[in-house]
Amino acid sequence: MDLEKFFQNQNNKKQVKILTCGSVDDGKSTLLGRLLYDSQNVFADQMDQAKIESEKYGTQGKDIDLALLIDGLQAEREQGITIDVAYRFFETSKCKFIVADTPGHEQYTRNMATGASNSDVAIILIDAQKGVLKQTKRHSFIVNLLGIQHVVLAINKMDLVNYDEHIFNKIITEYKELIKNFNFISNKYIPLSALKGDNVFSSSENTKWYSGPSLIETLENIQIAEKDITNAFSMPVQWVNRSSSDFRGYAGTITSGKISKGDVITTPSSNSQTSIKNIYGTNGELGEAFTNQAVTLTLQDELDISRGDIILTHDNTDIIKADQFAAHLVWMDQDSMLPERNYIFRFNNTFINGQITDLVHSININSYEEIATKKLNLNDIAYCKIALTKMHSIAPYKNNHQLGSFVIIDPYNNKTIGAGMIDHALRRSNNISWHEMSINKETRSKLNVQQPCVIWFTGLSGSGKSTIADILEQKLHTMNKRTYLLDGDNVRHGLNKDLGFTDTDRVENIRRVAEVSKLMLDAGLITLVSFISPFRSERKMARDLLEEGEFFEVFVSTPLEECEKRDPKGLYKKARSGELKNFTGIDSTYEIPENADLVLDTKTNNAEELADQIINFLESKKII
Amino acid sequence: MNLTHLEKLESESIHIIREVASEFENPVMLYSIGKDSAVMLHLALKAFAPSKLPFKLLHVDTTWKFREMIAFRDEIAKEYNLDLLVHINKEGVKNNIGPITHGSKLHTDVMKTQALKQALDKYKFDAAFGGARRDEEKSRAKERVFSFRDQQHHWDPKNQRPELWNLYNTKIAKGENVRVFPLSNWTEIDVWQYIYQEKINIVPLYFAKERPVIKRDDLLLMVDDKRLDVKEHEKIENRMVRFRTLGCYPLTGAIESTATSVEQIIIELLESKNSEREGRAIDKDQIGSMEKKKQEGYF
Repeated sequence: MDLEKFFQNQNNKKQVKILTCGSVDDGKSTLLGRLLYDSQNVFADQMDQAKIESEKYGTQGKDIDLALLIDGLQAEREQGITIDVAYRFFETSKCKFIVADTPGHEQYTRNMATGASNSDVAIILIDAQKGVLKQTKRHSFIVNLLGIQHVVLAINKMDLVNYDEHIFNKIITEYKELIKNFNFISNKYIPLSALKGDNVFSSSENTKWYSGPSLIETLENIQIAEKDITNAFSMPVQWVNRSSSDFRGYAGTITSGKISKGDVITTPSSNSQTSIKNIYGTNGELGEAFTNQAVTLTLQDELDISRGDIILTHDNTDIIKADQFAAHLVWMDQDSMLPERNYIFRFNNTFINGQITDLVHSININSYEEIATKKLNLNDIAYCKIALTKMHSIAPYKNNHQLGSFVIIDPYNNKTIGAGMIDHALRRSNNISWHEMSINKETRSKLNVQQPCVIWFTGLSGSGKSTIADILEQKLHTMNKRTYLLDGDNVRHGLNKDLGFTDTDRVENIRRVAEVSKLMLDAGLITLVSFISPFRSERKMARDLLEEGEFFEVFVSTPLEECEKRDPKGLYKKARSGELKNFTGIDSTYEIPENADLVLDTKTNNAEELADQIINFLESKKII
Repeated sequence: MNLTHLEKLESESIHIIREVASEFENPVMLYSIGKDSAVMLHLALKAFAPSKLPFKLLHVDTTWKFREMIAFRDEIAKEYNLDLLVHINKEGVKNNIGPITHGSKLHTDVMKTQALKQALDKYKFDAAFGGARRDEEKSRAKERVFSFRDQQHHWDPKNQRPELWNLYNTKIAKGENVRVFPLSNWTEIDVWQYIYQEKINIVPLYFAKERPVIKRDDLLLMVDDKRLDVKEHEKIENRMVRFRTLGCYPLTGAIESTATSVEQIIIELLESKNSEREGRAIDKDQIGSMEKKKQEGYF
C-alpha cells in the first residue's frame, strides 16, 4: 500500500456534516446502520456485539438488526427508540462524513435543533407507506430555521410499497408544496430501502424508473459553498496570549473572510486602527489565514482588546454593535420562557445578561402559522426582541452563523434553556446613552450620613412581611435613618396597576419594583421592599442589579397552613373557593429562598422581636 | 481556500481548549499517557504557543499501568516542562485492590473512577479535559463536548445540556465540574494520521516488539511484572505483539503484529477487522457497561 498516496487521498476528502431526521419508525437508525455497514466502517467485534444484542432486543428475527449498531444508550436499546443526539462517523473514497443522528418524536425537537446547528446537509426520512407527516413539516421547518441549505428527502421503506413510482412521485409533489417558501439551495429526492439496501450505495434493480444517483453519490456531490471566505474578515478574540512582556497575541477562530500580514484592522470598541504584524497558525507563522482557522494575531500597535472583543477589517458592514435585536428562538426547557425575566445570553466569545422584551409571535411548526403568545414552552419556536445589558458585536444569522447565534442560560441553575438566531439589530437604544451625573450615590449617602441598602422581604401572602417591615421602618426612623417602604399591595394601586397575577405579570411586577428600589438606593435611602416575590429568578435579578453588600434578602418563613389560618385579608378563602385565580401557595408556585441573608421564624417570635433581629443584622453588616 | 478534514478538526479542538482556559478558574488536563492524550497535549501546546500551558496535567495512576507508560509519562513531562500531578487512591492501595484479585469492575471503580473523583475534589478542579472520542463506543457517541457533572461527578445521559454551534455552556455552580472532550469528532484513523503528519511522540508499546505474553480469557496479556501471577498451565511466550489501546496491563490485550512504525500501524489499521476497544476487558463486563461506568463518574 502506498501510504503517501493514501494520505494525499485522505487530505483531499471533503468533510461533510449531515443531520438525519425522521419520525419514530421511519427507519433512521437502520439507514445509519446501513451506511456504516455498507461503507465498511463497522468492525467485526462491533458486529459481534450487535449480534448478541439483536438476539436480546432485535426486531429482525434471525437477521442482525442494523439499528442496534447505532442506538447508543441502554434505555434506548430496551425501548427501541432514540432519545438524544448521537454522532456517527463514516467515510467513503471521496468524503468524511460526520453524522448527527437526532430523534424524531415531538418532545425532542430541541435535539434536532442541536444537531442541525452544526450540519451542512439534512437527510429527512419519510416512510413511503405514510407519506408526508406532521413531523416531516416540523423537521423541514427546523432545518430551514437553522440555515441548512441542502436537503435530501430519503423516501424509505420502498420495499413495503412494492417500489411504486406513483407513491414516490406523490410524496415529492406534496413535499415541494410544503417547502416552497424555504431557503434551500438544493433538494434531492431518493427512493430507498435502508433495510434491503436499495439506492443507498448503488442504484437498485427494484427502482428502474429512478435514474438519479444513490444516496451516497448524492451526498458526495453536494456542493457546500464556503461562502464566508469571500466576506470581510472577522475574528472574535477568545484568549489573550501574553507569553512575555514583548509578546501580546490575540487568539481566536476566524469567523469570516481572509486576513494577511499588513492588513489594517480595527475593533468596534476602540474605534482606532492598526495593522496585522504577524499571523501564527497551528504550524508557525502564516502569510494569510481564512475562515474556520484557529490563529493567534499580533498587531503593530497596542489596542485595548480583550476576550469579548472582535477584530475586524474596515469593509465589514455585516457586523453591528447593538444591545437590542430581533431573533428567532427555540425554547428548550420545561420551565417556560417569560418576557422580562433575566437570562444569560451566550454569544461566540462572551456571556451577557439580558431579557426578552417582546414576544412578537410564536410559530406553529405544523401549520407554519404565526400566533400571538405570552410565554414559550418547551420546543416552542418564536420571533422576539431581546435587550442586553451591554453592547455586543452581532451579525444576522443568515450572513454569519458564528456571530449570529446565541444560546440562553438560566442564571439560577445554569441549564441551557434556549437557542436563538439573530435576524437584525434594533437601533432604538443607540441614541440613549447613560448620563453620568456629578452628584451620585456616594455623595448623597454622605449627606444623609447613612449607608443605603435594599432590604427585600419575601414570603407568602399573610406571612407577616408588611407588619414586620412597618415596625422596622418605625425603628429606623427613630434612629434618624432615611427610609422608604415599597409595599406590594400599595405599588399595585399605582405604578403596577396594569399588571395581573399570571406568571408573566408577576415577573414584570418584580422587575419594575427592583428597578425602583435601585433608584431609591441611588437616592441614598434604606429601602424596604415587601413583596411576595415568589420566584428565585426575579429575586436574583433584583440582587444582581445592585452591588455586593447592598441587597439583603429576608425570608419571612411562615408555613402555608399558618398563613391560611391567619388569612388577614380573606384571600386564601377566596382562592380555595376558586373565586381568586393564580394565588401564591394555592395555584401559583412559591419558590423558597435557598440562600436568604436572614430567615425570620414567625411562629417562635412576634413581629417586634423579628424587627429587632433585622436591626441586629444591619448593625452586624455595618449598615446602621 | 478550504481547510482539509484534519485541519478543520485541529482548529475545532484548539477552539475548545482555548475556551476552557478562558472560562474556567481551575481547569486540568487528564493525561492518560495513551495516543489520544498525546494528540490532545500536542493540540494544547499549539493552542497557547508561545506561552506555557495555562493549566496542569493530571495522571490518575492505578498502579497497574505498564512500566513503559510511566517512564514515557515522566519523559514527556520533562521535555515539555509540564506541571504534572500524579494521583493514586491510597485507600485502594491500602486494601490491596487490583484487577487480578478483585476483577476489572471493582478495580476500575476504586483505582480509576474513585481515584479520579478524589483528585478532582482534592485540587478543586472545575473542568477536566479528557481524550475520549465519540467513535470509540456507543455511549460515547452521545456525549457532549462539554459534559456536565454534578457534585458527585455523576453523568445524567437523559438530562444533558443541549449543545448548539460552538457555543458551549461553561456555567456551573460551586463543586460541580465539566468534562471536556476536545477530540470528540476525531476518529481512530484521524488520530493516527495526525500523529504521523505531526511526528508526535507516543509510548513504544504501540509498536510491535517481542514481548513476553500469556493467553488468558482470550486476551494476550503481557507479563509486565510478577503481579500477573502466571499459573502453571499458562505458558509465557515471546511474541511479536503491540497494543492498540493502553490501560492497566492485566486488562489490556495485545495483538500480534509486525508494525514497528506509525506508517505500518496505519496500514495494519486499514486492513484490520476489529475496533480498538476490542482489547479492553472493562467494556464487556455487562451489556451497556461503559454507560453505567460513565454515570458513576468514570471518564
